Amino acid sequence: MGLFILRRLGVMILTALCLTFIVFFLTNLFPNLEKLAKNQANNRMSDADVVTWLGNRGYMDPLPLKYGQWLGVVPGYVIEGTDGTTRARCASPQQAVEDAPTFCGILQGEWGNSTVFKDRVGDIVSTRLGLTGKLMFFVMLLMVPGALLLGVLAGMREGSRTDRTLSTFSIATTATPEYVSGVIFIAIFASSAVGLKWFKGTATSAMDDATFNNFFLPVLTIALYGMGYIARMTRASMTEVMTAQYIRTARLKGVSFPNIVMKHALRNALIAPFTVIMLQFPWLLNGVVIVETLFNYKGFGWVLVQAAGNNDIELLLGVSVVSVIVVLVTQLISDIGYVFLNPRIRIS
Amino acid sequence: MEQLTWTGALSGYIDPALLVLMISLVAFIVAQIALSFVTAPGAVSTNPDGTLNITRGPQEFAGVGIKIAFTGIVLCLLGYIILGVVMPYGSTGIVGAIAKQFLPVWIALIVTYVLSITFKRRLGLYGKLFDSPIGMIGFGLVMFWVFTAVLGGPLDLIVTHDELSQVSGLKNKTPGMAVPGASEMIPGAHYLLGGDTLARDVFSRVVKGAWVVVQIAPLATIFAFMVGITLGLPAGYYGGKLDTFLSFLANLILAFPVILLFYLLVTPEIVATGLPNFMALVLFLFPLIFVAVLIQSRFYTEPAKRTRIMAAWMIPMIIVYLMIVSQKGTVINILPQALDRFDIPGGILVVFVSVVFVNSPTVFRIVRGLTLDIKTRDYVAAAQTRGEGPWYIMLWEILPNARGPLIVDFCLRIGYTTILLGTLGFFGLGLPPESPDWGSTINEGRKLLSIYLHPALPPALSLLSLVLGLNLLADGLREESLKD
Repeated sequence: MGLFILRRLGVMILTALCLTFIVFFLTNLFPNLEKLAKNQANNRMSDADVVTWLGNRGYMDPLPLKYGQWLGVVPGYVIEGTDGTTRARCASPQQAVEDAPTFCGILQGEWGNSTVFKDRVGDIVSTRLGLTGKLMFFVMLLMVPGALLLGVLAGMREGSRTDRTLSTFSIATTATPEYVSGVIFIAIFASSAVGLKWFKGTATSAMDDATFNNFFLPVLTIALYGMGYIARMTRASMTEVMTAQYIRTARLKGVSFPNIVMKHALRNALIAPFTVIMLQFPWLLNGVVIVETLFNYKGFGWVLVQAAGNNDIELLLGVSVVSVIVVLVTQLISDIGYVFLNPRIRIS
Repeated sequence: MEQLTWTGALSGYIDPALLVLMISLVAFIVAQIALSFVTAPGAVSTNPDGTLNITRGPQEFAGVGIKIAFTGIVLCLLGYIILGVVMPYGSTGIVGAIAKQFLPVWIALIVTYVLSITFKRRLGLYGKLFDSPIGMIGFGLVMFWVFTAVLGGPLDLIVTHDELSQVSGLKNKTPGMAVPGASEMIPGAHYLLGGDTLARDVFSRVVKGAWVVVQIAPLATIFAFMVGITLGLPAGYYGGKLDTFLSFLANLILAFPVILLFYLLVTPEIVATGLPNFMALVLFLFPLIFVAVLIQSRFYTEPAKRTRIMAAWMIPMIIVYLMIVSQKGTVINILPQALDRFDIPGGILVVFVSVVFVNSPTVFRIVRGLTLDIKTRDYVAAAQTRGEGPWYIMLWEILPNARGPLIVDFCLRIGYTTILLGTLGFFGLGLPPESPDWGSTINEGRKLLSIYLHPALPPALSLLSLVLGLNLLADGLREESLKD
């Protein structure tokens, strides 16, 4: 087990390195840098000016060197610019170049600075992640019990009317992407023209003070899309368990149906959905981006859109590191959890 | 001229009936589910003469109620469509006028269903689809949009206005608004589903948008399958280092948040570097490899026949490949201008490539899993003993036997691709901003969503129904293929 986790950790780190390098490569392609320079300095710079501007700020170094600097394994650049000022990667705005530390990458805990928000990437990511964490917490609170209930109810009597109705409902939710269900919910519940006006159509105020009124629609929108998939997996696993020999034995010895479901079937039927719930995280991340844009909730997904839209290199890298780690860690947890939950694997 | 109401002359008859039926359907379904927890289902008892008796409990009565209400709703909807088609334009309101516009689609659907059901015993898996009600509903929804796309897109039959032209005075106007200056009650005299923020006809844009989706989604899915199959079969069959490497690559792409990947690939700056063109160069090569290996592994014992078939297939494919890949004004400009017959518009190529790129790792994983399972079967061992080559076994023994799950996944994946296309449109990536595709239209409509609903809702519901149809179709196919 220890060796398994170590190997998985190794693969994880390798994956994270590869992915960040790809993001690094794509964001550092010259047209992107040119756009960055024009955004930062002057929109009407000549091509030669762009190159000098970028050169003075270390953007024209070879790619592996830049990546090493960002990672913190190569000394940060100290460049005496053509305009006379000396700039160092590791010097903070007030700091003299000489006092700056040699290394400053993510290994040293320096995530760099965002060019759009004019703030430290570490701070932005942590505050925005907190906001998205709040959203995700409520999504999980709604989605997991809802999906398990739907799946168990549908799966305990395969082929019954309950099963068909609930299965159709879960197919319908998996067929409704967030930007469709969000639009429909806003139309029904929040529109000032014809809607019921029960909820608010934006969640901006929910960032400080989340109430049922302003937070329910975004939570529902994300939860519904994931719910159908988990419910279908739970149903499949439940129907499989319900045909097992030991369930038949329990029936034959006269255990009541609710008791069979609660005591005998449920525990074994919930192993598969656990892994599915964990593997849903990457998709939830997608939903978060869409919903945060739609409901104007300025969390992690919103930052991703802002960073990507403005080619904010270091912020984008920070965002991708976090999201890649989230994806890989949930994969690891789902693997380990599967082993722990399944007695057949655990004991052998 | 006055504004059309929703159902015109029918509003006094069918509307209340439909409302009552819908409420009772929901009530019956809820009642039946609730009753199934409380009461026992009706018992079946055998009479002395061998006939069966079913005692009907409250559950069964609720079941009968559901059937009656459902049939009633279907009849009402049919009534809207038939009366809308038969009665003159405008007299049956917006619903009737839309039903009239869709007349070619109804005809095409009826012809398809009549032909398919008549010959369903001779049509294999496709015919079996018509034994399952779920599959039939799903197929109907999918074909509705396919016919709408084909008839409304290149043939211009269904649309009432040009999807780009703006009519002044109709900005954000509600559904059924008459076009200024129109005097006769003919199709085109109204904006059936209202106007959007740029005073364009929402109805025509939705129909044209279907064409964008139907063009890209299935084709992108086919390409993703080609890539996934060509790489997944050897990964599963050979295993070892190749498998480790390819699986690592697949997991790498899958660990990327899709939207981040889209933002990185589809921005104009990246397009300017020609990166998508290089990706197209690689990804579009896979169908060529696939077909070449398919022919080679089957016919290599008869070189003359092999060469003939190979030439017949490969020469046109290579020409098309070069024409697609070579783009005027980009990094890859291989073919001379005279030979480069067509170019895919830049935006569509980028969208296409990134959707294929995102989808193929999942297909790879499915194919690899199926191969791992199937390669332990006896018929594979028999082929190995016969001395068949590995590619023959993969493509002619394993692949045909994996077709069931692959066809089901193909349907689901078209739906997923449609969702991805919508996501791209929703973030305004790739396709040009005036493009009528559903994602872009939803994106435009959502900005004023709390005041004007009508520009965003029709494309949202269209996308929903198409993807729902594909999901139901996949479900029906799965059910029918499991019956064998």
